[in-house]
Amino acid sequence: MTESSSQNSNVVAECLRSWNPKAVVEVIEFRGETTIVVPRELLRATAERCRGDAKLQYNLLTDATCVDRTPAEPRFELNYHLVSIPRREKVRLRVWLGGNDPVVDSLVSVWPGANWLEREIYDLFGIRFLGHPDLRRILLPDDWEGHPLRRDYPVEGYRDVPNTGELFRKSSTP
Amino acid sequence: MTTVETAVGTAKTMVLNMGPQHPSTHGVLRILLELDGETVVKAVPDLGYLHTGIEKSCEDKTYSQAITLTDRMDYLNPLGNNLVYCLAVEKLLGLEIPKRAQYIRVMMVELQRISSHLVWLGTHAIDLGAMTVFLYCFREREEILKIFELFTGQRMMTSYIRIGGLALDPPAGWRQAVERFLKMMPSRVDEYETLLTENRIWIGRTKGVGYISAEDAIGLSMTGPTLRAAGVAYDNRKAFPYSSYEEFKFDVPTRTESDCYARYLVRVAEMRESLKIIRQAFEKIKDEGAIQADAPGIIPPQREKMKTEMEALIYHFKIFTEGFSPAPGEVFVTVESPRGELGCFIASDGSPKPLRVHFRGPSYINLQALPKLIEGQLISDVIACIGTIDIVLGEVDR
Repeated sequence: MTESSSQNSNVVAECLRSWNPKAVVEVIEFRGETTIVVPRELLRATAERCRGDAKLQYNLLTDATCVDRTPAEPRFELNYHLVSIPRREKVRLRVWLGGNDPVVDSLVSVWPGANWLEREIYDLFGIRFLGHPDLRRILLPDDWEGHPLRRDYPVEGYRDVPNTGELFRKSSTP
Repeated sequence: MTTVETAVGTAKTMVLNMGPQHPSTHGVLRILLELDGETVVKAVPDLGYLHTGIEKSCEDKTYSQAITLTDRMDYLNPLGNNLVYCLAVEKLLGLEIPKRAQYIRVMMVELQRISSHLVWLGTHAIDLGAMTVFLYCFREREEILKIFELFTGQRMMTSYIRIGGLALDPPAGWRQAVERFLKMMPSRVDEYETLLTENRIWIGRTKGVGYISAEDAIGLSMTGPTLRAAGVAYDNRKAFPYSSYEEFKFDVPTRTESDCYARYLVRVAEMRESLKIIRQAFEKIKDEGAIQADAPGIIPPQREKMKTEMEALIYHFKIFTEGFSPAPGEVFVTVESPRGELGCFIASDGSPKPLRVHFRGPSYINLQALPKLIEGQLISDVIACIGTIDIVLGEVDR
């Protein structure tokens, strides 16, 4: 299984390299999964290539998510998981974004399904997607402060929440 | 808080707020509907009423502690959630799971699929006015929950599938219980079909309602029965087999009409396929054998050993205080949940707690297609459409 997927990585990486030598920064193999690191400015073009190329046919964007690697810089790592339904292959595209300027091109024009995935990342990580048709918070209220899935956001939140005992005592006193 | 820009202008249309406390949304989904008479012009789903921050909580727990959180995402498919999370951690660790445990996992997950489809069918039917089906479906679901209780001690939040294997050996008498269910169920599925498949009201409410083309469905990242009803035979159990699914013989039911009725037929056919898989797993599971991988330091030692051997006691202590540390790296594992492709992404930085855990909930992503399904349809069809994409709000909001 590992062998076939490493061959697969060669197919994807070679195909992208032959199209644009700058499109592939790095190819990472881990536990039989292939990750292709793409420069930020070429993300949309590479995604279009992955979807449209007759040899690749990655027609389904199954997932997109972010990892915050603070204090390392570049801080944010965006992972796009692509599936080719006809070829039964998977690949991961990765883009690195700096903490000061977490902006990247939106992929909604390539896969309409990227819409809510990107809104979720915007909501929870504060990454902005250029060209997104409707970039609003999706899970949290519109007036929420901060982006909770960033590593510097405390698990218990910023605001003091009174414990239940305190609430009970307050409500039982006249 | 969400504001709606009206598509046609304010004079002709009205905005109707549906939910979050609406019985047919099966949870707390709010949809803002812009109506022109009875026709939906625009629909804007508003989510997040059940957001519990499970992904954030996972980052603050050791790998094995997070299993109980996964139960609570898609509460109609807790075993499937356990499975995808454990498969991801096992892939990160490079663990090999004994075949016996893999078959038991398959059997439990397929039972779960039937029980989830039963809840879907019952609630979908009651939304559209067919009361009897609901009572029939919940009668059989109860039998499945009894099997779960027998195996795991819990009816719903099972936490039965653990990293490296299973929590417990199958209990005495499990074969009789599963055998009884397998004998009973096929005729019960026929019963539901008698009530619905040729029912004129059912056909009237579902046929031709909520059409989406295969191309749009793939573009919107839809998976599961909704995509298969559009004619795309994409099923993770076949495309990327996990947990020994490649050893099982079953078909992937598809339709091409891609309306609510086709999705109903696909799910009913899936129940029959699941019964086939359960039967095969039932025969493959041997009475004796390991249910956990051989990995000291990751799998808690047996109680007896822990009491008598010093090394086992040390492992026990380390697992429950510090946890274990997988190699740094990222994995993404997908399984076929009753609703579609359920994925788990884990990034490890080599510490005992995950750096990031992300769940690709099929409900969340399939829900994205709802406006596409209902815009231009009648308001009464909105309920049929929400029903057929089969969402669980616990998974949508996580």
